[in-house]
Amino acid sequence: MGLIVGMSILLGCQFLGEVISRWLALPVPGPVLGMLILLIGLMIRGSVPSSLRTMGEGLLKYLTLLFVPAGVGLIEHFGLIGREIWILTITLVLSTAVTLLVTSQTLQRLARRRVSAEESES
Amino acid sequence: MSAFGLDQVWVYLAASPLLHLFATLIAFVIATRINRLAGGTPLLHPVIVAIALLIGFLLITGTDYATYFAGAQFLHFLLGPATVALAIPLYDHRERVRRMLVPITIGTLVGVTTAVVSAAGISLMLGADAQTVLSLAPKSVTSPIAMGIADKIGGIPSLTAGLVLLTGVTGCILGPWIFRLTRITDPTIKGYSMGLSAHGFGTAYCFSSIGAVAGAFSGLAMGLSGLVTAFLLPPIVHLLGL
Repeated sequence: MGLIVGMSILLGCQFLGEVISRWLALPVPGPVLGMLILLIGLMIRGSVPSSLRTMGEGLLKYLTLLFVPAGVGLIEHFGLIGREIWILTITLVLSTAVTLLVTSQTLQRLARRRVSAEESES
Repeated sequence: MSAFGLDQVWVYLAASPLLHLFATLIAFVIATRINRLAGGTPLLHPVIVAIALLIGFLLITGTDYATYFAGAQFLHFLLGPATVALAIPLYDHRERVRRMLVPITIGTLVGVTTAVVSAAGISLMLGADAQTVLSLAPKSVTSPIAMGIADKIGGIPSLTAGLVLLTGVTGCILGPWIFRLTRITDPTIKGYSMGLSAHGFGTAYCFSSIGAVAGAFSGLAMGLSGLVTAFLLPPIVHLLGL
């Protein structure tokens, strides 16, 4: 019974998110709003129901498997990929490298500033 | 007579969702084995290998994607509830988020903006089609969210899904190298950067190769950056004139 309750909570939140996203014509996907709704719900309740945890963590554990059907969809874009292969490759490598670099450096600087602020306080 | 019978069986199987649902699971099991044999290298990530195996299977059997998807959609559907379930690790880490609210907020906003602007900017400069740019823009976010965003802004969701996976692999290869080069040793910073740049792939990599703290922070970054990107990306893309 636990899994059914857990799945119902997840689907219920997704459903609400989907309704709100469409109703207000928001650019945010329904499941993302569903995630926000569930997060607020958990904050109010103050704990994660065990049925929800079992179902949710089970889904997240096999998350990579769920990517496969959409990934196979690349088969429909062989033409586009072939035409723009260099653009795609260069963009993926450069943009990912820049994102990693900027994010880690930003966090590093913020952490250093916090440490030195704590030191000057004491 | 029996050859005729097998033909009929194939016709039945090829049209029923059973075959391609089964094929997807089997391909994933085989791909996981191959990855383990190869020592867990991100270059042969199970997802990438499974996709390659399935594309090969579809090409050999002359099956079109719509027929395949009729079976595989049952797995695909679970991406929605799985996205909602990301709220659970976010909730688990609420204390950490509260304590590090300022660095996390600034880091996420800067990181997400960098990811989106660099992806759209570089591909625009290289002369990509508008549709390709829009499919690339959400590439750093976990794919259920990225596909939803691509769909909303006029990209191609299935192309985005593939690009997201490739970004994940790229991040797992580049990340450790960049951290070594820039002398980043703090596991929380490593984890957060990997999760923000390379979503679930980065998180899986952190758990297996850096440690539990890095993994937890990576998962946190994946959830938060997905949420923030969903809200930030449409206006950024609009500003870039797409």
